[in-house]
Amino acid sequence: MKTQALFLLAATLLMTITGCANVKPWQREHLADYTMRADRDPLGTAQVEHIWFSREEANGGRGVGGGGCGCN
Amino acid sequence: MNTSLLKKLAVATLLAGTFFTAQAALKVGDTLPDLASFQLDGKLPDALKGKVVVVDFWASWCLPCAKSFPVLDELQKKYGDKLVILAVNVDEKAANMEKFLAKHAVSFTVVRDAQQKLVAAAEPQTMPTSFILDGEGKVRFLHSGFHGEDTRKEYVSEIESLLK
Repeated sequence: MKTQALFLLAATLLMTITGCANVKPWQREHLADYTMRADRDPLGTAQVEHIWFSREEANGGRGVGGGGCGCN
Repeated sequence: MNTSLLKKLAVATLLAGTFFTAQAALKVGDTLPDLASFQLDGKLPDALKGKVVVVDFWASWCLPCAKSFPVLDELQKKYGDKLVILAVNVDEKAANMEKFLAKHAVSFTVVRDAQQKLVAAAEPQTMPTSFILDGEGKVRFLHSGFHGEDTRKEYVSEIESLLK
């Protein structure tokens, strides 16, 4: 019984202590920064997209014409 | 097996969860707290009583805020003394706010909530968020975000309904 209670307490503490941080809307300054964008480098994005649709075969080309054969 | 202790722990956990996630957000029907107690940077308008007040929370990094500023400025010029627009900046650095204001010059009052106390009390769910208050300081309308012409039309009809 005591072990169960302790386990529950430990689990609760672990969940609350390591829980996700809640970023308030007015604290998103750094998240809203341009450098946080995954597509901030057009050339890099184009290369990643090309590799992605070349390797994913039938998945298509993420908005690009072609069936993912890698021949574009 | 003593299940009552487990039950008590479960209830305590739930209560603690509720307590820590409880929101004291400012909502329609609430009265705006006394602004003087929040140590805002900048000069507050002299008298708000008897006037329609728009309290707008904004930040320099928020793109819709930049779009809302010309509209708010237009409203301030249109309604003059009958309307007080108070834009509350929540930027971490004053320099970012000043840079923004140099680019988007406005005629309404701008103050800075450097300690983010007022914004924490109002708990806006998006940026920007504006609260439209009646002459008694009561929140009558709330706008989450800025949606261009739609929001402008809502502002006009709501402000005019309060000015009647």
